[in-house]
Amino acid sequence: MNDTLVTCTALSKRYGMKQALRGVDLELGRGRIVGLLGPNGSGKTTLIKILTGLLQPSEGAVLVDGQNIGPYTKSIISYLPDRMYFADWMKATDLFDLFADFYPDFDRVRAMGMCASLGVTPSDRLKSMSKGTKEKVQLVLVMARKAQLYLLDEPIAGVDPAARDFILSTILTNYNEDGTVLISTHLISDIEKVLDEAIFLKEGQITLHDTVDGIREREGKSVDALFREVFRAHNFEGGAF
Amino acid sequence: MDWEFTGDRPIWQQIIDQLTLRILKGEYAPGERLPGVRELAAQAGVNPNTMQRAMAQLEADGLATGSRTSGRTVTRDAAVIEAAAKARARAAVLQCLRILGELGYTPEDAYVFIKEELNHE
Repeated sequence: MNDTLVTCTALSKRYGMKQALRGVDLELGRGRIVGLLGPNGSGKTTLIKILTGLLQPSEGAVLVDGQNIGPYTKSIISYLPDRMYFADWMKATDLFDLFADFYPDFDRVRAMGMCASLGVTPSDRLKSMSKGTKEKVQLVLVMARKAQLYLLDEPIAGVDPAARDFILSTILTNYNEDGTVLISTHLISDIEKVLDEAIFLKEGQITLHDTVDGIREREGKSVDALFREVFRAHNFEGGAF
Repeated sequence: MDWEFTGDRPIWQQIIDQLTLRILKGEYAPGERLPGVRELAAQAGVNPNTMQRAMAQLEADGLATGSRTSGRTVTRDAAVIEAAAKARARAAVLQCLRILGELGYTPEDAYVFIKEELNHE
């Protein structure tokens, strides 16, 4: 087992003329909860999709647990995509069957327990569930695996603030202690106190990677406040209509 | 009891302050076993590594004893607890003096204010 779980070297990704990632160098250790923070279009989802193997980088290299992206790395990564990819006639229990087939590390007992604590009825069909409930089901699927790397793309965007706290505590109490959790979001104030480290991604480049307490100590302000400062949108000065 | 965190300081330091206060108030009595790091982290909604760091400091301060494996207990040493309480009291006085100073009052004024307040009661 390598001490470093993820290594990205000079990683770039272009979509045609558009450059989504520019020379990203990144190292992630084990047993960390890391926030991947940036505004819309900063490259968060692209970086996560490269780690999962869904996208190929244009340039640069990625290693997960010392291996190139492939069947082995996929077996140790648990991925929550930014949108739902399941057929809506399925029940949560059908999905548990599917995941138990695909992933030896899927723990069905744990999944049922998490459903109970999140107030999800696993025998309901997805089609009858609200958006927030579907997101909870997806989170249960992802967190009930004993993975080494959890990649959570916007796990709290679609749910109300009370459910957010619940989801964060579900993540906190269910992740594998030797595993690392990478959470992408732009809702920083909700998530800041659960993070070990924060990464700021701006226009495809990492502009900051430090511990949350390190940032607070150095800057004398929260990561959320710093984020608002760094990514402040310039007012449109088009004048009045 | 709820946990509250502000944005201006590292979270682990705020956890130390709040845990210390609970010990000084006797919410965690001398010799009482403290909840585990994971449990406290879940209560406070913070990262377990952050809680671990705070607990280690609490141990370094002498307020908690024990190890990670067997669990930690609040110290039975009354002198340590009293010293921590006095340190907290001094910090509160200094803060009060700083605020009055910003308003243009001297420490002597502060003394008068306190005496007046005590006479009111």
